Amino acid sequence: MSILVDKNTRVMTQGMTGKVGQFHTANCIAYANGANCFVAGVTPNKGGQSFEGVPIYNSVKEAKEQTGATVSVIYVPPAYAAAAIDEAVCADLDLVICITEGIPVHDMLKTRYKMAGRRTLLIGPNCPGVITPDEIKIGIMPGHIHKKGRIGVVSRSGTLTYEAVGQLTALGLGQSSCIGIGGDPINGLKHLDVMRLFNDDPETDAVIMVGEIGGSDEETCARWIRDHMKKPVVGFIAGITAPPGKRMGHAGAIISGGQGGAEAKLAVMEECGIHITRNPAEMGRVMQKIVAGR
Amino acid sequence: MKIHEYQGKEILRQFGVPTPRGIACFTVDEAVTAARELGGAVWVVKAQIHAGGRGKGGGVKVAHSHEEVRAAAQQILGMHLVTHQTGPGGQLVRRLLVEEGAQIAREFYLGMVVDRESQRVALLASSEGGMEIEEVAKVSPDRIHTLRIDPLAGLMADEAAEVARRIGIPDASIAGAVQVLQGLYRAFVEKDAMLAEINPLVLTADGSTLALDAKFNFDSNALYRHPEITAYRDLDEEDPAEVEASRFDLSYISLDGDIACLVNGAGLAMATMDIIKLYGGNPANFLDVGGGASREKVTEAFKLMLKNPNLRAILVNIFGGIMKCDVIAEGIVAAVREVHLSVPLVVRLEGTNVELGKKILAESGLPIISGSDMADAAQKAVAAARSE
Repeated sequence: MSILVDKNTRVMTQGMTGKVGQFHTANCIAYANGANCFVAGVTPNKGGQSFEGVPIYNSVKEAKEQTGATVSVIYVPPAYAAAAIDEAVCADLDLVICITEGIPVHDMLKTRYKMAGRRTLLIGPNCPGVITPDEIKIGIMPGHIHKKGRIGVVSRSGTLTYEAVGQLTALGLGQSSCIGIGGDPINGLKHLDVMRLFNDDPETDAVIMVGEIGGSDEETCARWIRDHMKKPVVGFIAGITAPPGKRMGHAGAIISGGQGGAEAKLAVMEECGIHITRNPAEMGRVMQKIVAGR
Repeated sequence: MKIHEYQGKEILRQFGVPTPRGIACFTVDEAVTAARELGGAVWVVKAQIHAGGRGKGGGVKVAHSHEEVRAAAQQILGMHLVTHQTGPGGQLVRRLLVEEGAQIAREFYLGMVVDRESQRVALLASSEGGMEIEEVAKVSPDRIHTLRIDPLAGLMADEAAEVARRIGIPDASIAGAVQVLQGLYRAFVEKDAMLAEINPLVLTADGSTLALDAKFNFDSNALYRHPEITAYRDLDEEDPAEVEASRFDLSYISLDGDIACLVNGAGLAMATMDIIKLYGGNPANFLDVGGGASREKVTEAFKLMLKNPNLRAILVNIFGGIMKCDVIAEGIVAAVREVHLSVPLVVRLEGTNVELGKKILAESGLPIISGSDMADAAQKAVAAARSE
């Protein structure tokens, strides 16, 4: 088992015909069961065409009806990406994974408002995607660094997630699922939502949680972990050295009004029983010690 | 993207928020002419820089004659205004706002932010005008009233009136306050703002409401649909290295250390700064070359890092996903050949095509120190910076 996606998931790609969409769709198809999982593409006015043998439809609704796909991944350019999410939500998909970086925040505010009361879950935007190793890869992460196993990974960052995964794999610790929730201030699933899923997943033994400066999602998640989590969690927060008031690449990575600093987050996480490390090169080893001790 | 106070007030006026009459000036003579044009007997001469806390730093002066306006303008223009937001070197004042004086009876605080928790625009209002909202939050949090605004309905008049009453605006002035609040909200949404502040909003002696200051920060991801906001950009207020970096689509932030780092991905870039610090070094910058870095981009990144006079070492930390390690290795080799590398260079490559990348670096014959993993590379960079 795994969380959110597995080898039986059927996926459509919104924005498959663009350069980025083509490149990553080809990679995802080539990974594990990808050839069976990626069943449709959606590009308005290009219905009837195909890419890598995957048929293209004019709308999400049509793609869902024709192929039974229940998950969508979005590579649509930022100006149109929020509307692409809206379309997937209106078609009642189970899950939308938005890779696109640079969506205006006010667009996401409206999209999140429209999502209230709907069944669709959103991951991202501005995220690397989701992978269940040896089953399915939906997104832009390098598949080959992953190894099937029992550690869950949830992170706001892309390459820092790869760093955590790379360390785990090098130590022989495989992953159940790895979820990049994205670096934007207004997004879909939070650390807490993903942590809940890992807690309930019988195939996940422990979780690495990678956060960064800005907001208070990590603190909220830490308090939930203290009260509900049955599995050990290793935590790291990027940005101890980040100056306040500066946006560190990610739109969401900013310490503003004295809120969202790394040390404050780490303090709360430690209080809540999370095994924190201040060294990003030690995430894997901290996890190894915990797993060995169980 | 930040803008100046006088630009913020232009926006507010477009949305029906009253402000004092004022004129932006670039010279002392312009300031005196502005005072004449505005008329009246009292003027305020205000330094226009992007940092807050200008009053305390001596950047705001009240003048009672044209001579006093001249003296104030002379004093402020060209000064290095130091506030708690500028850093110790201060910010050179190149622009002034000359405004008519206002008869202030009371001061209030209004702010708007994109609230991550509720995923709404939040209005913050307080009776404690003129104070920093962070300070109010610490000292008397009960004096801050927060309203999370429904995006569909917008800020409704009755809600706005309730907020105005709560912060102590008298009944006679509620209608004016509602106009200010609704105008601010419409400006915030229509112009894609991330943060807006009117601090203080004042109640004048005759009971009217007036925005005495205006602060805006806009979503840079939305500037493509706001050429009028982009036109407000003042490059003099930004760090030259950061401006240069943005021309090449590099995300760069200057820090005060001596070990430069070049990384792909914002999270890993922050983590790289952190690990440098952890091993006793000091990062000179945040630099994310992004997912699709070309050879040209890497070369520009090196040029940028090498401009730092304090530089003692460079650490390249790449975890290739989309970015292939061989491409980045070629970029590094080309960059080092093109620029004069005056400090030790430590490179750590991992991920897609890593073996090919390492081979390119090894065969280049360049004095590149190889790091086997993130910890090893960071330790080597710190050691190299110390031994220089």
